[in-house]
Amino acid sequence: MSGATKPKHRALGLTDREAERITALLDREPTDPELVMFSLMWSEHCSYKHSRRLLGRFPSEGPGVLQGPGENAGVVEIEPGRALALKIESHNHPSAVEPFEGAATGVGGIVRDILAMGARPIALLDSLRFGELRSARSRHLFVRSVAGIGHYGNCIGVPTVGGEVAFDDRYEDSCLVNAMCVGVVEPGRVLRAAASGADNAVVLIGNRTGADGIGGASILASAELDEDEDRRPSVQVSDPFTERKLMDCCLELASSDLLVALQDLGAAGLTSASSEMAAKGGVGIDIDLDAVPLRQALTPAEILVSESQERMLAVVEPRLLDEVIRVCRRWELDATRIGVVTDDGDLVARSGGEVVARIRATSLTDEAPAYRVALHAPSPSEPLDLADVPEPTDLATAWRELLGRPNVASKRWVFEQYDHLVGANTIVRPGGDAAVVRLPGSNRAIALTTDCAERHAELDARGGGAASVLEAARNIAAVGARPLAATDCLNFANPEKGSTGWRLREVIEGMSQALEALGIPIVSGNVSLYNESPARAIYPTPVVGMVGVIEDAAARVGHGFVDSGDVVLIAGGGRPRLDASEWLGEARGCPDRPDAASEARLCELLARAGERRLVQSAHDVSGGGVAVALAECAIAGRLGADVELPVERRADEALFGEGGGRVVVTCRPRNLDALRDAAGGVPLTEIGTVGGDLLRVRIGSDMAELSVADATNAYEAGIPEVVA
Amino acid sequence: MSVAVLRFPGSLDHESAQRAVESVGGIATSVWHADAELPAGVGAVVVPGGFSYGDHLRPGAVASRAPIMGAVRRHVDRGGLVLGICNGFQVLCEAGLLPGALRPNATLTFVCRQASVEVADDGSPWTAPLGVGARLSIPIKNNQGAWFGHPEIDRVALRYVGDDRLGSVTAAAGVLDESGRVLGLMPHPEEACDPLLGSTDGQSLFGVAAAA
Repeated sequence: MSGATKPKHRALGLTDREAERITALLDREPTDPELVMFSLMWSEHCSYKHSRRLLGRFPSEGPGVLQGPGENAGVVEIEPGRALALKIESHNHPSAVEPFEGAATGVGGIVRDILAMGARPIALLDSLRFGELRSARSRHLFVRSVAGIGHYGNCIGVPTVGGEVAFDDRYEDSCLVNAMCVGVVEPGRVLRAAASGADNAVVLIGNRTGADGIGGASILASAELDEDEDRRPSVQVSDPFTERKLMDCCLELASSDLLVALQDLGAAGLTSASSEMAAKGGVGIDIDLDAVPLRQALTPAEILVSESQERMLAVVEPRLLDEVIRVCRRWELDATRIGVVTDDGDLVARSGGEVVARIRATSLTDEAPAYRVALHAPSPSEPLDLADVPEPTDLATAWRELLGRPNVASKRWVFEQYDHLVGANTIVRPGGDAAVVRLPGSNRAIALTTDCAERHAELDARGGGAASVLEAARNIAAVGARPLAATDCLNFANPEKGSTGWRLREVIEGMSQALEALGIPIVSGNVSLYNESPARAIYPTPVVGMVGVIEDAAARVGHGFVDSGDVVLIAGGGRPRLDASEWLGEARGCPDRPDAASEARLCELLARAGERRLVQSAHDVSGGGVAVALAECAIAGRLGADVELPVERRADEALFGEGGGRVVVTCRPRNLDALRDAAGGVPLTEIGTVGGDLLRVRIGSDMAELSVADATNAYEAGIPEVVA
Repeated sequence: MSVAVLRFPGSLDHESAQRAVESVGGIATSVWHADAELPAGVGAVVVPGGFSYGDHLRPGAVASRAPIMGAVRRHVDRGGLVLGICNGFQVLCEAGLLPGALRPNATLTFVCRQASVEVADDGSPWTAPLGVGARLSIPIKNNQGAWFGHPEIDRVALRYVGDDRLGSVTAAAGVLDESGRVLGLMPHPEEACDPLLGSTDGQSLFGVAAAA
């Protein structure tokens, strides 16, 4: 790239107006390192410049919220003396370039976000999207991403307890790898990123700095990927062993009250960490780049923006510096004083005795541009005409085929590669609705899930946003928990094109309305834009990570059928429709808008019924409709059922239709009256009885029958068959 | 007497192992890898699971040379009991305290699932309370759990039941040293010591450790 044809700022992804704004803020031309620092901090990935104005809509406050959006992670109180830190983040573009390291470092990054709050990470979840598995490229991305997540999570000893994966051609060129982490922290020991106290030491802890990941945030994560450029050097390399030591070390430092502030080094590396710490604390930071331990020779600009992994930046009082370094040495980690806190508000970087950058810290953070996205509404979707959907000739064959489709089939192939047990607290394992993790030293447990209704969001952004939140809530409630708080990862296409901006706004509106109906806040989140190639743009994919609380861990509810003779019911309402369903297999039609208020009542009923031990099992109806939900209950419980479903326009609609907020629950016959009393206004439809080794479903004069063994074989073979 | 639970950089299951000891009424003491001696009054040593030293070189290779391992060797020579779980099993094989070696799983992947194992040799302090043929439901979770050795010479304490054999010779899930005082196993008994976790079958081994 010659400077004559392309000015430096454009090569770095900055617009001409942004370059002018930089010159105005500095009141002079930027140095080369300064320009690189601005280009990263003002990238979409770091500054949310296209989404910031819209994100304010989210409800983010509540009585238990100790830290809302804007820190490394949100923090919400769960019981006296204990709070949860939670955050979800994307690592989409690196994973598309190098899936193993991209996915692995995605896990590493989110763990450090939790650690930066002073919290002990206790659970991980991953939400994944790939193209169809008949594509060799998508199979490769899927297999290697799963291996990378497992490699990292297993080695650091944080259980990967849940998540989701789905396949659709729209993700062929832009796979999604979103990682969520939850940690526990004492409310009085929550750490924050704000630096304070002039002359306090700025200490870099962990790995040495190398050339990996340079420019990742601006080059990879803030523009569309095209084929002709090799971006491999922009992907970071993972070292989970160092991460584990970093975890043990930082938690020891935090619990010994040795730190003033802590921040992880993620996108834009040292530049981002130091400018955010300085800006949040209203102070300056003066860094000596010559003190930064290096793996290889780097220029000052490279040191400032390297995204080498497993590094944390801490602010330490001078009198405690020796003690901090001693603890780090015990964990066999480098800890180096690389700078000091100053009171002038400037981020200063020195090299060889020269000042190579001096920027007001807030210029990099708060002064980043914020754009209004164009709001072009797409033409509204029309409901599906059933005449356009071929009716299956044999319902049982269709049912079995659906159970084996990768989007529906068992994800055992994925979660058995993850240590979902380490810590000995996982009391509901992956494969059902939410996972449940017991809190050590407490009777309480937490439920965790990630969910997204992307095909719905494609057809009706507001409805799909709401549906994503409500599906997460139903999964939380199905295990007997009450939703507590959420984190979100908004994966979208190029916001400067088409109706992406409008969809972003509408999804946020739909999510916000649903969150308000449930009475829970969003406490942290992440936005990933430009998930688009010249050939394909992804669906709007607002992944919702949610946590809930079970007051008595022993009362958690599983999804498998439990005893012969138990009554099978559908709790909740809404009509089953094939629009955007798994049976239809594509985003076509127009699903009904969810009714958030009645779904909130359904969730409360499920939590109450769980607490009072009124239900034996509960399972959310989602992809594949009631037929798939019933099969999953049967497979998990190794018990069949005899069921009669309400008649719809067609039998396949009754069996495979989705939509509404519906949950399959079972209860002992003697608890049926108590369950009905508890239901209040929530619809409760008795549909059959558990028992035998057959699943038999009648819809009017139609019938579908599948043995539990056949259903299990189809369900378990779906993914291994295509990846083997 | 207390149960010493070792901790190396990269140990992951030390806290679960301590809780497992406590779940059977025992006293657990955390012992740091760099220490040269075990604390006084230790009856049994647990080498817990995890990825000590990030599995660098080979799983267990670096930890097997840690200062504390000299003390563990002397503890065995004095007649003490040692239980190695997963990475702890790998450490004990690398240290020469157990026969054979652990190879990558036949699946070439990490495998995490509930497994069923059966006692094959009850002539040891660890397995005597269970008896030959006793079945335990305990999770496995490892990358390199395929034991390789000489089953006609070496003492196989536990075998997998069913298909979950990972590629282990004679489906061995756990192996004893000649004396029977050192047991290594790939399944994680510390993850099966609480009804909420779905199984308490792991408590027997911790009961032996706590009573030593």
